[in-house]
Amino acid sequence: MNISIDVKELDQQTTMTLAGEIDAYTAPQLRETAFPYTEKKQASVVIDLSGVTYMDSTGLGVFVGLFKSLNANDGTLKLVGLSDRLKRLFDITGLADIMNINSEAEGGV
Amino acid sequence: MNFRDRMLDEYKEILKTYIHDQTEQALYMSQKFSRKSIEYKISPEEMISLHKTSIMDLEPDLPESLLLSLDILLEVMMSYGLAYREHQSLRTIQRELINEIEVAASMQQTLLGTQIPRISSLDIGAISVPAKQMSGDYYHFVSHENGAISVAIADIIGKGIPAALCMSMIKYSMDSMPDDSQNPGDVLERLNRVVEQNVDPTMFITMFSGLYHPDNHTFYYSSAGHEPGFFYHAETGTFEELQAKGLLLGVDKKAKYNEYERKVEVGDVILLMSDGVTECRTEEGFLEVDTLIAYIKKYIHLSAQDIADKVYKELEYLQDFQLRDDFTLIILKRTA
Repeated sequence: MNISIDVKELDQQTTMTLAGEIDAYTAPQLRETAFPYTEKKQASVVIDLSGVTYMDSTGLGVFVGLFKSLNANDGTLKLVGLSDRLKRLFDITGLADIMNINSEAEGGV
Repeated sequence: MNFRDRMLDEYKEILKTYIHDQTEQALYMSQKFSRKSIEYKISPEEMISLHKTSIMDLEPDLPESLLLSLDILLEVMMSYGLAYREHQSLRTIQRELINEIEVAASMQQTLLGTQIPRISSLDIGAISVPAKQMSGDYYHFVSHENGAISVAIADIIGKGIPAALCMSMIKYSMDSMPDDSQNPGDVLERLNRVVEQNVDPTMFITMFSGLYHPDNHTFYYSSAGHEPGFFYHAETGTFEELQAKGLLLGVDKKAKYNEYERKVEVGDVILLMSDGVTECRTEEGFLEVDTLIAYIKKYIHLSAQDIADKVYKELEYLQDFQLRDDFTLIILKRTA
């Protein structure tokens, strides 16, 4: 039960690459790492989930929290590289309709 | 002879035996002695002092430097003694906390208790098993005056005690809803406003809300981001997902919830569940929907409660009896 979080900042855009499992044990770590980037004005945060092997509802809660925080600061959130299983999770919860979600990983920079 | 003298004698005896002929027996005795000293709360520094007194008695000709070195050892061991006592007091506090949580868990059971309604045409079964002491899953039934039955199943995201507290809030807002707003879509819209305003912004709720009308045997349902249930058609022996789209509670206060309906024939079964059921992990990976359906099908001829219990047993076995997530399964089976 581990997660790795790699953060790259370029101008206004923050790209986070996650790998591992997002559950009740690792979610607090993700929240603490990612939250500060969502609190800047008009931040653009891209999160690459292609290395995520498991995510439960606690993990989903973190993304909703990030989404809300970015919205409150006129920022944007984009999730990329979702596996079918993750895609289903966002579909079921209705989040796919309000969040920017893409199954493909981001090409280039 | 006081306690210290008795311990001293005993220790001296062990020491003497060992110095004399280094037997296993003496080592064994010293292990026993050490357990006894812990039991009687003898601190590490006291042990050193006991050792010094004993050895001075047994071997009066020891070099002075060796004896002096024991004084330093004694000083050094003092911190160990303190750490040990701290550990003991933390253990006491931990035991107290465990007791408190047990009380809270049983209170949760009482507060959130729900009666499975009895109506002639419908057989209802439910099972809910928490992964930890306090569950984040919740289900609730309401019997209406017109004979209809409301059922709700929810998963509070964010587990443990905060989730449990949040659940009580949900339960009381459901119970205090007027009898004329039983429509699942309305129920979710109201709850969504309650959750959006009152709950910690990092906490969310998925909920499936249903209403069974025995007059026309129709099941009305809406979902707020909850795991879809299954519908079993008795005539064809097939299963179908109870698809319903809707946003999680607590994300957007203007969210609307579509209502869906399904005609229920005799023998048809409605299965509602939490994601602890579908996200069940086995040694080989995730539980596949087909596997889950196969288990349900195996027991579909049983009574509603038996189906719930048996499916739980199967999945518990698959997971090696280690639940990773709370597990809730509700079965509604039309019998007449």
